[in-house]
Amino acid sequence: MEIVCPAGTPASLRAAVKAGAHTVYCGFADETNARNFPGLNFDRDEMREGVKFAHDHGAKVLVAINTYPRAGAEAIWHRAVADAEKCGVDAVILADLGLLAYAAKHHPGLRRHLSVQAAAANADMLNFYASEFGVKRVVLPRVLSVPEIAAINAETEVETEVFVFGGLCVMAEGRCSLSSYATGLSPNMNGVCSPASHVEYHDDHGALSAKLGGFTIHKVGADEPAPYPTLCKGCFSAGDATGHLFEDPVSLNAEKLIPQLAKAGVTALKIEGRQRSRSYVAQVVRNFRAAVEAQAAGRPMPEGMLAQLTEGQAATAGAYKKTWR
Amino acid sequence: MQLTVGPNQFFWKADAWSDFYDQMAAAPVERVVLGELVCSKRLPFYQDRIPGAIETLLDAGKEVAVTSLALVTLKRERKLTAELVDAGVEVEVNDLTTLAYLPKDVPFSVGPLVNVYNEGTLGWLAGRGATRICLPPELPLASVAALAAEGAARGVAIEVWGHGRLPLAISGRCYHARLHKRTKDNCQFACEDDPDGLSVRTLEDQPFLAMNGVQTLSDSCASMANQLEVLEKAGVKALRLSPHTGNFARVCQAWRDRIDGTLDAAALSAELETLSGGMRLSDGFLTGARGADWSRTKEGEPA
Repeated sequence: MEIVCPAGTPASLRAAVKAGAHTVYCGFADETNARNFPGLNFDRDEMREGVKFAHDHGAKVLVAINTYPRAGAEAIWHRAVADAEKCGVDAVILADLGLLAYAAKHHPGLRRHLSVQAAAANADMLNFYASEFGVKRVVLPRVLSVPEIAAINAETEVETEVFVFGGLCVMAEGRCSLSSYATGLSPNMNGVCSPASHVEYHDDHGALSAKLGGFTIHKVGADEPAPYPTLCKGCFSAGDATGHLFEDPVSLNAEKLIPQLAKAGVTALKIEGRQRSRSYVAQVVRNFRAAVEAQAAGRPMPEGMLAQLTEGQAATAGAYKKTWR
Repeated sequence: MQLTVGPNQFFWKADAWSDFYDQMAAAPVERVVLGELVCSKRLPFYQDRIPGAIETLLDAGKEVAVTSLALVTLKRERKLTAELVDAGVEVEVNDLTTLAYLPKDVPFSVGPLVNVYNEGTLGWLAGRGATRICLPPELPLASVAALAAEGAARGVAIEVWGHGRLPLAISGRCYHARLHKRTKDNCQFACEDDPDGLSVRTLEDQPFLAMNGVQTLSDSCASMANQLEVLEKAGVKALRLSPHTGNFARVCQAWRDRIDGTLDAAALSAELETLSGGMRLSDGFLTGARGADWSRTKEGEPA
């Protein structure tokens, strides 16, 4: 199986390629990609050089242009697709119907993948994107169990890519406005979720509260670590209950499921984290490369190799286990 | 400006469901969209009543459409989606899966849970047969205006979320079941006791969100009471009123009065607050800094 690794910066791209990534994904430094954070991403020259470096080392580069183009400003996204092709990338990862139609018409030779932001969650949808826009691969949303993924692969020729490590979106991606409700900035429109620009920490009589857009998302004792206030992993109350009502502050780690995912017909394993350091990326890549090689050779999976890298050392297999729902 | 009653987002008892559509037949609205949007497990409780409700509404002169589910994953859900075409009325697509089953010569409408953010997407959907699009609620006014202009050029009516708790997220996971320490497959219909959703509050007891099974909504009731004129000027053709319990026929009448000019924005807002049992109103996605904001909120004051 192919390991698809994040690269937030040119240095991370080189680190991921050297650590054994088959493929790296990255984005341009603007609102066209869903990790539009300050100090991250690639300008056009960096992209061209990154692609050359990867190709020289036998790796591929995918460019995520996976926000939803703003009405009246679609030219910015159209230019991103054209520039990605000029840079020689191996595929673009798109989410928006209109942008897919544009790319299929104006850049027919450029391979198109469907972003997880399109939340294509069944075989009919995959086949729809393939027949309408020539999509060759779909990144599946993180709401499906392994048997559901196997069932999808049995009904489609489209390649599937699934998240195996890193952040865990618990809502159907691309269909969540929680962040813009609280802050005005959203994944779909601005490429950000729970943005740092809207986070405030308050010392409240010895307790530390973390607010997002004025809403208190967490409260911890002064001596406890304060987690980043990602909205869906916050602490709330409803009825008689108080706690992490949507999701605990955990990361996704599906390393143990690699054999099942292989059996389910998955083409590529995706690692989340374009905002992470290059040493983190290199370490995750090395471990996953070792794991897929063990899998391919029929050797047992290395055990617990990534536990120390997960958020708060807590990990979940998320929706891949049906009981999560 | 037309009024559309959107599909009920909540799990209501079958009799309450039927009564609601009897009332809507007499309410001053042009269009009603019904069917199950959120969770396929709810549908068997009232599915057999849908044809009767459609007939009642059609007899009363309403335009009627049936909605698709918002997130189609299971085989059973794909079958349900495929069968929507047989309902005999227009289908409102709230998950693009539906397009896989809609014959290419059949016109359809698009609901707010499909991502129509720009002219390219609107144009593609229009080319495929869309005649009406209710835009995603998170779009700001500038986008709404651009899309309404594009819609006018292509003969696609543009609708905007006008009233009701905002659909903010949908998941594979059921939060209502999780709250009751159950899984989705064994939910025992944990959502049925909360016919307007269950309020989710911050640790400082600030109202914030609402859970409704696999769906997460705003705690606030979105209201375009103060935005009617700007939306009309932008070329928006209809406002969507999303069902809640209480006297919804009166909610519809209040909106009709506002459109007809016999009720002003402040009076409508006051009436809606009363009718909704004191829910906060919000219209921040359209003109504010945050979706949760209300155009009457003083600057700097939390919503």
